[in-house]
Amino acid sequence: MLRALCLWVPDWPVLAAVRDEIARPGVPLAIVAANRVVACSAAARAQGVVRGQRRREAQSLCTALVVLAHDDDRDHRVFSPLVDALEGLVAGVQVVRPGLVMIGARGPARYYGGERAAALALRSALADEGVTDVRVGVADGAFTAELAAREGRGDDPVLIVPAGAAAAFLSPHPVSTLDDPELTTLLGRLGVRTLGEFAALPADAARDRFGERGAHRHALASAIDPRTLVPRIPPLDLERVLELEPPLDRVDQVAFAVRQLADEVVETLAGHRLVATAVRIGFRDELGGESERAWLHPRSFRPSEIVDRVRWQLSGATRTAGSKPGAPTGPDLRAAIRRVRIVPESLDALAHHEPGLWGSGPDERVHHALSRVQSLLGHEAVLTAQRSGGRTLAERRVLVPWGDRAVLPRPLDRPWPGALPQPAPATVYASRHPVVVVDARGETVSVDERLRLSAAPAGFAPSAGGAVRPIASWAGPWPLEERWWDPARARRAHRLQVVDAGGIAWLLVLEGASWWAEAKYD
Amino acid sequence: MPALALSPVASLDAASGALAETFSDASSPRLQTVDTVQALQARINALQRTTLDSTLKPTHEALADLLPDGGLKEGAAYSVSPSSALVMALLAGPSAAGSWCGVVGMPEFGVEAAEAMGLDLDRLVLVPHPGDQWLTVTAAIADALGVVVVKPGRAAGDAAVSRLAGRLRERGSTLLVIGAWPQTEAMISLTESRWSGLGAGSGCLTSREVTVTVTSRRSPRPVSGRLLLPDPEQGIRRLDPPRAGAGSSRSAADRAREAWREVG
Repeated sequence: MLRALCLWVPDWPVLAAVRDEIARPGVPLAIVAANRVVACSAAARAQGVVRGQRRREAQSLCTALVVLAHDDDRDHRVFSPLVDALEGLVAGVQVVRPGLVMIGARGPARYYGGERAAALALRSALADEGVTDVRVGVADGAFTAELAAREGRGDDPVLIVPAGAAAAFLSPHPVSTLDDPELTTLLGRLGVRTLGEFAALPADAARDRFGERGAHRHALASAIDPRTLVPRIPPLDLERVLELEPPLDRVDQVAFAVRQLADEVVETLAGHRLVATAVRIGFRDELGGESERAWLHPRSFRPSEIVDRVRWQLSGATRTAGSKPGAPTGPDLRAAIRRVRIVPESLDALAHHEPGLWGSGPDERVHHALSRVQSLLGHEAVLTAQRSGGRTLAERRVLVPWGDRAVLPRPLDRPWPGALPQPAPATVYASRHPVVVVDARGETVSVDERLRLSAAPAGFAPSAGGAVRPIASWAGPWPLEERWWDPARARRAHRLQVVDAGGIAWLLVLEGASWWAEAKYD
Repeated sequence: MPALALSPVASLDAASGALAETFSDASSPRLQTVDTVQALQARINALQRTTLDSTLKPTHEALADLLPDGGLKEGAAYSVSPSSALVMALLAGPSAAGSWCGVVGMPEFGVEAAEAMGLDLDRLVLVPHPGDQWLTVTAAIADALGVVVVKPGRAAGDAAVSRLAGRLRERGSTLLVIGAWPQTEAMISLTESRWSGLGAGSGCLTSREVTVTVTSRRSPRPVSGRLLLPDPEQGIRRLDPPRAGAGSSRSAADRAREAWREVG
């Protein structure tokens, strides 16, 4: 029989919220999931709030109650440093759920000279992390150990059930401790109220009447716990940090300093037979400014490629606001770089990335050539294109830097009423080319509220000055009115397809009071 | 013989216009001599083409017979008149057959139209703003990509151009240059564009009829064909029947090559 040591932190979701600085300690606090209270603080409990209550009911009992939504991620995240602290002392820690861990008791008991000494040592390790209220139970089997831990009191937090005494310890507990409401009701109606009474039933009779699940519960009640511990495998620490002393203020200096770090990251991964297909690079400058982003790789990162990303990210993050139109704030980094952090984000087995005996075909060469151009011109200089949904021509294509994953903001398979009819123009101008559209008398053409042109367009010319191109045939205006409910993104325009005397077709757009050429059908 | 001496260094439109005038009179005896010379040259070329090094990229059938040798040649450079649709039509064949295509220095390349014409966007790479390094970039990506389109920025030096030409020959990539370029295999231009579907305030653009003219060093007479670019289904379609002479000589060369492959 497995001798298990259970460490239980009562009200962990509440404590996690406090430790995460979402709630202040001492206030009445309830964590709610699906409108039911799943955990509450001692102050709330004193007012009558209990687990399983409805939220409205709990609020009526305790008017000052602070209600927070249950967040499993937060519970796990805040609990993880405690598990690391325990793993520093003992091996084979199983996290049953945040706030409850199981450890095989035999090893620690031998090392610390007794189960009580081991329990107190682990408890003080958690106290060092700032968690003082920890209950410990040591017993045969995980189920009994958990129950023993829950029996512990604040002043005597360690409860040890001697070997072989588990059945006697369990016997007086009510069947509801099995945490199986259906079985509890059924057993209650049959007159079976305690675990001892349930355990007294013959095992095969319990199996016949209650099925496999009932048989399992019966085994638990009889202090036969078939489960074994599944210890957590500590995650690999692959993050590498470089502190720069003195801080460096030039991109090439930082890139040079990072070279060794990049080597180290890739070698560590190779030691675990892994490669990185995405890395996250973070910088911190002397004034506390930070820049962080993830970089993807179509295959896997080599050290020199990580250094390239460091360089691109630095030159992007230190660029002044003026050189990048539309940037809401200034550059992310304003001072010399003090700290560089490289975290491999997504990993893959090395075996999937070994080059074949005759190389991996032309795609490998393509990637090398394009990476070379990227290191020459920058990451955003080499693009691949994807079609996307949308009404304007600029929206209908998405350009993605080579190596990045395309994210289509607008799905392609929607009808998009208001989009231009096919064929699509072969030349779509990257910037607006202002033009003047005139009628036969030489006056500028406009569109009124009822979508009527002021006169038939007879010619157009670049605003900057140039010869007027006569219009041979035309169609329109086709209105485009988008997001009228959102003043920041609303757009109202009229489009005109025209063919000039030279047989070239153009798409002219009127937005506000000015015309511009959006595309050329050449 | 002034027609044969005319070299294709002049600008595209001027050259094709001048040649069209020269050959407008179909019944002149001098023209028959030219035809004979051309026929003989074609035979010489056909014999020379059986060498193994002149392989062709798969080219769209509507354009293939207009080009000298019946398609885009590997390792060659072509000068193309500034029309994105013409560039897309030339890229459509190689891209559909699995070649990677690169477009350097054309930020206004219409992606949607390119896909409609048959380019595979997964194998299309754009370098819209190469700046002054356009020649380096072109050389770098021509190493790996099958067809590269480039709109030159600053003028290139002769040495750099011939280095690039050597690299193209070695890698078997094809270069399409927007505008004039020294040592081109052929000059491909698009003229007489006529859109249909648009009236006076009604309709929408549906298709376009164009003349594609190819002037090459090999034959003094420019070869032209009428195409729908795009046709009402946004594809490419040939209007006049393909040239019989070029077609048959090409298929003879292909047959010879296939025979080689079967044996080897």
